[in-house]
Amino acid sequence: MTNALTIGSRRERRGREAGTTRRRARSARPPWEEPPTIVGRTAKGLTLGTTLAVILVPLWIIVLTSFSTPGAVNRAGGLVIWPDGLSTETYRQMLSDPTVVTALMVSLGITMVGTAVSMAVSVLCAYGLSRSRSFGHRFILMVLIVTMFVGGGLIPSFLVVTGLGGYGQWWALILPGAVSVFNILVLRAFYQDTSSELIDAARMDGAGDWRILWSVVLPTSRAVTAVTALFYAVGYWNSFFNVMLYMPTDSQKWPLQYVLLTYVNRGNGLPGSVNSGFGSAHAQTAPLSLQMAVVVLTLVPLVIVYPFVQKHLRTGVLTGAIKG
Amino acid sequence: MAVRPRREAQAVDDRQRPRQVRHRPVSSAAPQRPAGSARLNWRIRLRRDRSLLLMTVPAVALLLVFNYVPLFGIVTAFQEYDPLVGVWHSEWVGFDQFQQLFGDPAFWASMRNTLYLSFVQLVLFFPVPIALALLLNSVMSERIRNLFQSVVYLPHFFSWVLAITIFQQMLGGAGVLNQFLRQHDIGTWDIMTNPHTFALLVTSQAIWKEAGWGIIVFLAALSAINSELYEAAAADGAGRLRRMWHITLPGLRGVIVLMLVLRLGNALSVGFEQFLIQRDAVGHEAADVLDTFSFYYGIATGGYSYGAAAGLFKSVVSLLLIWGANKLAHAFGEDGLYRK
Repeated sequence: MTNALTIGSRRERRGREAGTTRRRARSARPPWEEPPTIVGRTAKGLTLGTTLAVILVPLWIIVLTSFSTPGAVNRAGGLVIWPDGLSTETYRQMLSDPTVVTALMVSLGITMVGTAVSMAVSVLCAYGLSRSRSFGHRFILMVLIVTMFVGGGLIPSFLVVTGLGGYGQWWALILPGAVSVFNILVLRAFYQDTSSELIDAARMDGAGDWRILWSVVLPTSRAVTAVTALFYAVGYWNSFFNVMLYMPTDSQKWPLQYVLLTYVNRGNGLPGSVNSGFGSAHAQTAPLSLQMAVVVLTLVPLVIVYPFVQKHLRTGVLTGAIKG
Repeated sequence: MAVRPRREAQAVDDRQRPRQVRHRPVSSAAPQRPAGSARLNWRIRLRRDRSLLLMTVPAVALLLVFNYVPLFGIVTAFQEYDPLVGVWHSEWVGFDQFQQLFGDPAFWASMRNTLYLSFVQLVLFFPVPIALALLLNSVMSERIRNLFQSVVYLPHFFSWVLAITIFQQMLGGAGVLNQFLRQHDIGTWDIMTNPHTFALLVTSQAIWKEAGWGIIVFLAALSAINSELYEAAAADGAGRLRRMWHITLPGLRGVIVLMLVLRLGNALSVGFEQFLIQRDAVGHEAADVLDTFSFYYGIATGGYSYGAAAGLFKSVVSLLLIWGANKLAHAFGEDGLYRK
């Protein structure tokens, strides 16, 4: 069934990777191509520049505002566009607020536990299915792939989770979405490419499948492991709808995204801190710089991890190709 | 391949061998393995692969519980589901839920919204990644390409909450745009709460967040095009535009059709969280789509069966759509999602 999905077939992928290296090698303009005109060059530069600006300028403004003193925010009449009176006071204030700290801890906890669970389950399953001709792997693959195309939908899933007692439980945020078949297929494609000589050698030395997975396959596929972990981690870090479904009332269990929504986007006060935390002087809505600091806080983990994984994204995405 | 003793050690080794071995004709001149070795006894294979099977157990178990059991939960759409007595004892009502659904103006409004938003996104969103990929492909400098790619991929990893918050801060009532307009006495223009331009707003949000990510696939397809074709075309006197028209675009055709098929198949899922978050700001008349309808009328108000019916309707129509889109792709001589 996987091979029926055209783009992802392995032969094609190889061809494409070869094409990639060819392109990489080509750094100068090919001799047959016309030199660009001034107009074309300007238009191209403008388009690319605008695209970058559309993404980067909002981030710049938000980061700058979060680092501004209240005076600077007042002078700017709202969000700060140019540096003027920077300070880290806002962050100190934010990190002394129990609501934000709790939410941060919840978010980190969900992300770490969830990613660990998902990765363990996916890596095992992907390796279990990656040895060709193993018993029953075709059938299990079918079981997996079917879930990519048909599903019960929102309400039946909700009823199953609540029926199992998941309402208000941490596991309801993690387990229902813990397995991504797409990620398993990506991992599996890589494990199949692991050199069979290495695996044979390990087998000769008396290694079993668990040993081979741990000391041969995993170390040789670090890149794809990193990308998959990033995908899972981002999913957990961004999870918001699950919280809305399974723990909408317990603000002690809200992750950062939920706090961000209620507090910055909808302009409500922070849950549970109407008369405390940010101080009664600010009544319900906190200063703009503080709101922006919460925005930045949700960005920080991503910005830390992204550079390390970014160079592998391409391969990770193309391996699974457009199967999902 | 010498004759080797047939024991379990050999059997373990066996599955590493290329698959063709199994299909080699019996009359082949090469030394044969003893009869029956090609297809081992299932009991032996089961024992040989038991650790591999054990590894797949957690994933399969999770999928069974959270993906297969809900499939049976679809029956709630044909019941008057009562959470107190559960699926087993709820009253069966046949197609009553669907009848009520099809007579519900709110349902048709959300259906209309879904199709309209989907259409706007298809027309305005779909070409953007292709255009960006073509543009980026023509950039020679490796450094600029890398910089551009790492920046445009980034918003894909933002949550919808974050993306919408950023839009709110830029274009909302207190955002940068209105701040600027106020300072220059032009009057304010609140884009975020206007139901009439909501379709454009959500499309631009989707473009901002996902267009950069979408270029990966097209870039890959572009780099797979044989550069000798360009060289030959140039030698024949084809200019830049001719080469793009006759080589680049045909080279992208397969991927474009595939993406289009996927897009059409997902026409009824325009983006759930995005609408859920913005529903209050623009009003449900403009922002309700099938998914949010199913959520609000299903879970938020406790009408589980009603919501499940709406969800089931959506799934069935989606399956039909993807099937139809595939037919269309085949009619154009492309592979689409699966081959004929």
